[in-house]
Amino acid sequence: MNTFMLLLPETLLLVFAFVVFTLDMIWKTREGNQANTLAVITLIGALSAFVATIFVWAQANSGAVQLAVIATDPDGQVPMLAMDSFAMFFKVYATLTVALVGLLATDYVREKIQFPGEFYAMMLLAGLALMLVASSTNLVMIFLAFEFLSITSYLLTGYLRDNAFSIEAALKYFLYGSVASAVMLFGFSLIYGATGTLDLHGIAEALITADPTITHVLTIPALALIIVGLGFKIALVPFHQWSPEAYQGAPTPVTAFLSVGPKASGFALLVRVLIIAFPAFATVANSNWVLLLTGISILTMTFGNVVAMWQKDIKRLFAYSSIAQVGYMLIGVIAIAPQFIGGTPTVTGWAQGLNGLLLFLFGYLFTNLGSFAIILAVENNTGSTDIDAYNGLIKRSPYLASAFVIFLLSLIGIPPTAGFMGKLLVFGAAVEQQMYVLAAIGVFNSVISLYYYFGIARKMFFSPAQEDKPIHVSGSLNTVVAVSLVLVLAIAIFAQPFITWVSGSTQLLASTF
Amino acid sequence: MTAIPLSWWVSVATALFVIGLYATLTRKNAIAVLIGLELMLNSANINFVAFNRYTTPNQVGGQIFAVFVIAIAAAEAAVALAIIIATYRRSATVDVEDIDSMKF
Repeated sequence: MNTFMLLLPETLLLVFAFVVFTLDMIWKTREGNQANTLAVITLIGALSAFVATIFVWAQANSGAVQLAVIATDPDGQVPMLAMDSFAMFFKVYATLTVALVGLLATDYVREKIQFPGEFYAMMLLAGLALMLVASSTNLVMIFLAFEFLSITSYLLTGYLRDNAFSIEAALKYFLYGSVASAVMLFGFSLIYGATGTLDLHGIAEALITADPTITHVLTIPALALIIVGLGFKIALVPFHQWSPEAYQGAPTPVTAFLSVGPKASGFALLVRVLIIAFPAFATVANSNWVLLLTGISILTMTFGNVVAMWQKDIKRLFAYSSIAQVGYMLIGVIAIAPQFIGGTPTVTGWAQGLNGLLLFLFGYLFTNLGSFAIILAVENNTGSTDIDAYNGLIKRSPYLASAFVIFLLSLIGIPPTAGFMGKLLVFGAAVEQQMYVLAAIGVFNSVISLYYYFGIARKMFFSPAQEDKPIHVSGSLNTVVAVSLVLVLAIAIFAQPFITWVSGSTQLLASTF
Repeated sequence: MTAIPLSWWVSVATALFVIGLYATLTRKNAIAVLIGLELMLNSANINFVAFNRYTTPNQVGGQIFAVFVIAIAAAEAAVALAIIIATYRRSATVDVEDIDSMKF
């Protein structure tokens, strides 16, 4: 198995994206069953990339192939992509995202979207971008992958060209997002000036040997600028302004995608950049990223939860809910850091926060996509995304209402759900690092979130329904709900294999120190 | 080499960056915001090329980065103009303060 076999998942997504483009071009007419065929091809593409990722990973685990930094030139100068198991985790994540979102989108695309071909192809390409973002180890590659993901996201957000909300969402997403990218790019240029290299490992080495009084002038602003750029992508407060508008205005399947895909990749990049390139800055007095991220995390959790209480639109509510959730996830990143103090970090020591982050993200994927499947089912039937459309849902569709309750429990973090396991590990890591205040604020925020999540549940169970017509759930949405439901429960009930799996995903990253 | 000191290049780039950022934050016309954005991207390019020349003249990393950024800027401008044109068709304005229909 040669090195290019390692790129099999990426290649498959690319090939299937172009198959979809080509078929769309050949067929020209936009009939229902052709849109469905394209959806099936998208699903096959995403699933085959998923299988390929698992295959490559299994080969690596059995020692048949070395996961490594690839695309290295003969002098070993410019490594671009890291094929470590950390990247593999996010490839699994990306392919599952595309598969489930593709499935979610089927009815919506058939009914509402004029050009299904480009939509599905763009979705596959966005999946490819997610993979590249998570595995880049060079600033050039990071910027390219990041922009690839951003541009596909802008296009998907504004896909309903004739809908004022969709186009407004795309405009706002673009204006905020591109400014954030430019800010991050300027940060990259300063880092390059301070260290003379674009490789993350090279940057770390250069920073250790460099004279801090000189390089800090460049690197401290650079670090801040990079965190701003990534913070926009993940939607951390105070860089979240785009997200409620983009979530509300985007086509609902795209909202589902935005709420899981780019966030996960943003976290992957944040961890990679902070841990590989800036370990030295976890300990600098008064200007370290640990302190900065702690403040951002507290703001993000609290702001997201408090503002979510007043929302009347379910997509907007989920925007604020996801802002709060990334605040919790950020605790996992922060909990990695104190291990740097006093010598070389050990694999077992700092991995706990990272394990929590990965499990949290994985659980969040199914929780959120399951919720969005229900939101889509209700939207397809009632044409509304108001929270009042959920009144009396238990009478109209007992299955959807009870599944939604499980997902809401997972978002709050009540056992036996995936959200509980994620929060348990993340808050546990924070306690282990003696960040008691941060963990306490996290728990307190979970209590606040009860109010609005249970607000939806209360409407579903106790408010009188506006009409009695049962909600029709299509096969594809039903599959997404069922798969998500099984995994949300399985991650909590059979937690051990998942925890072993995520801790395996953090190991190679650690050994690259 | 009696050249311009590196700090001058960096000062120009920083000034350009701040001007661009100011434009993106204060301008109401979406096209003007886009122009500010281009200034920000190009200020990073100046930095990349200058740092490349002064710190590691035997390698080309920074110059290559600058070339990529130029290409990305073009792609971004294409998408931005498409979105702005669609906005204009829809609401006959490109003033970002008027485009504010979503409120909770």
